[in-house]
Amino acid sequence: MRHILKNRILKGVVTRHIEPELSNEVEAAGLELLTAIRKRFGRSLHVREVDTGSCGACESEIISANNPIYDLQRFGINFVASPRHADALLVTGPVSKNMLIALKKTYDAMPEPKFVITFGDCALDGGIFKNSYYVEGVIKDILPVALHIPGCPPNPAIMIKSLLAFLKEQ
Amino acid sequence: MDHPEIVSHIRDKFPGDRVSLDPHAYPDELRMHASPESFKGVCLELHKILSSPVMMLFALDERAKLNKFVINCVFADMKKSRWIIVSMDTPPDKACFDSLSKDIYSASLFEREIKEMFGIEPTGNPDPRRLNLHDEVWPQGNYPLRKDFVKMQDGPRGDYRFNRVEGSGVFEVPVGPVHAGIIGPGHFRFSVAGEPIINLETRFGFTHRGAEKLFEGRPYPEAVRISECISGDSAFAHSLAFINAAEKIVGVSVPAKAAYTRGILLELERMYNHVNDIGGIAIDVGFSFPAAYASIIKEAILQLNEKLTGSRYLKNVNLVGGVSIDIDETGKRALLESLGKIKRDIEELARMLEASVSFMDRVDTTGALRRKTAEDIGVVGLAARASGIPMDLRKYFPGIYKDAKFNMITQASGDVLARLRVRISESGESCRLIEEFARDLKEGEEINVVPELREGCAIGYTEGWRGPVLYWLKTDAGGSIERCKIVDPSFHNWQGLSYAVLGNIIPDFPVCNKSFDLSYSGNDL
Ligand code: SF4
Repeated sequence: MRHILKNRILKGVVTRHIEPELSNEVEAAGLELLTAIRKRFGRSLHVREVDTGSCGACESEIISANNPIYDLQRFGINFVASPRHADALLVTGPVSKNMLIALKKTYDAMPEPKFVITFGDCALDGGIFKNSYYVEGVIKDILPVALHIPGCPPNPAIMIKSLLAFLKEQ
Repeated sequence: MDHPEIVSHIRDKFPGDRVSLDPHAYPDELRMHASPESFKGVCLELHKILSSPVMMLFALDERAKLNKFVINCVFADMKKSRWIIVSMDTPPDKACFDSLSKDIYSASLFEREIKEMFGIEPTGNPDPRRLNLHDEVWPQGNYPLRKDFVKMQDGPRGDYRFNRVEGSGVFEVPVGPVHAGIIGPGHFRFSVAGEPIINLETRFGFTHRGAEKLFEGRPYPEAVRISECISGDSAFAHSLAFINAAEKIVGVSVPAKAAYTRGILLELERMYNHVNDIGGIAIDVGFSFPAAYASIIKEAILQLNEKLTGSRYLKNVNLVGGVSIDIDETGKRALLESLGKIKRDIEELARMLEASVSFMDRVDTTGALRRKTAEDIGVVGLAARASGIPMDLRKYFPGIYKDAKFNMITQASGDVLARLRVRISESGESCRLIEEFARDLKEGEEINVVPELREGCAIGYTEGWRGPVLYWLKTDAGGSIERCKIVDPSFHNWQGLSYAVLGNIIPDFPVCNKSFDLSYSGNDL
């Protein structure tokens, strides 16, 4: 307990512990995002993530977006454990044949209204795994995709900015 | 046992059979060719004298040129810092080889992989089920790693049969492929009687993307980029193992500065993953403050990576012949400064965990993998060291680690606490190594050389944070790839997890799983 208290006091509020420039960007975009989400979804946007064959770096960045530094949750974005609680499906990876059924089932389990976001170059069109014998490739052909977040992997700041741009233009 | 001795020993054991040696092998490889009749015997003998699991076992399709398939089996001779490769030929019309799996457990999954990918029969393997090509979606008779495979042909599909534990009161709990967290897909099937787990069946392959086939026909620069996407959290270790093989083939010697830069980045990759797992173990028993603290440290390391290389996951750095980024004096200063802070934070993190009695109580004796079990099933890398097996390529194939006086870390108990302690100590050791390597970075030295392309085959290896990452590579004269076999340590270690959880309760599975933290995509390829 002593250690926890000491470190709690020493670390302080860490959401500003990144390079000042990036920090300002994230804060500004995040607050705008919060307003946009309030307006469109009432309070918050719930997201369910599905990995359809990613290398794991995309997951790692999504987890990073939830760390105390970026802390996506404070801007109204929540990652949920079940598709039944989700507004959006966030798909990573190039859709391995083995994941096709699971992907469709997860989507079907979500209540309407719902939309799909693809995360990372693989999820757009297979990326580096395009044309492989075991990759279905383009998720757009399988599910209605509303937004793509580019990168390999996209970093948390890009994720926040892409979501903001998307919600603004809706 | 020395190499000439090993060879004469094998020749004495199999007198009727001319076990021949390949004179062109690299200094860290010993290649033997055996006949189909003695292949199994030679492998069993090597397994016994080297006490090495089967590190790799894979096939090559040489039908176009030589009208045969080739099977290669790789063992590690840690003491002599060499890889021992036994190969045999099998004719295309009756392609088969004697299965090793009844005697060497670690061969079993490799054999099933050879069977599904090439249609070569491991005669006597008790388990005919496929691994990555799921029966429900991939018709029988399609062998994608054969050279003449072009497109999937439709045909009958099958079903997958799970092993079952039967008896009154035994019930099954299936989990996955889609899990509750932000994590890769895999299927776990627990058989439980009362509370304790009595069997765990895993089924993977959900992230199979046909990666090995994608390498074929590509030149090095493209292929390195693919190797970075095999397992994203080990992007650097994978590209390093890949180019290690390529550099052996082209015969290039890497500038000193590139070697030290690689050492620094490999250790940074180890650190961010170890810290991530230390936090993960804490969160999986509900201890959230240290977990959040750890994720701040991880973010700091990722940002440091970006500052040094332009990539948070250290991609686009490795080249055949060197590295693409130069760590200059400013970079070095930034590195050492951040490293100092990171080191202090990791020490604080460890102190927080160790000061919590209830946390220590949860991880102590949980998910224990005994040394004997780990040896029998061929567990490697970090998990092996936590069970008391001295095995670290940085020690036994040292390279630049030799001058840095690398200190291998082991634990004896093989439980979650042991794996946690190995991670904590290794993070400290990594800090020290980075400081050592940074001292040897000289301003203005060259960082890469242009390789001459050549044909050949070689093993590339490196100790990633999970364990040994191995690549076996064969190229043609133009430097494009004919075959690339990848073995991520996860492929060996998922088996270890299945045994470590036995007798534990399902609610402890997440923490056991996290303490191994294996890669789905590295396993499934
Ligand atoms: S986009 Fe890049 S980081 Fe993401 S899954 Fe694909 S290869 Fe991995």
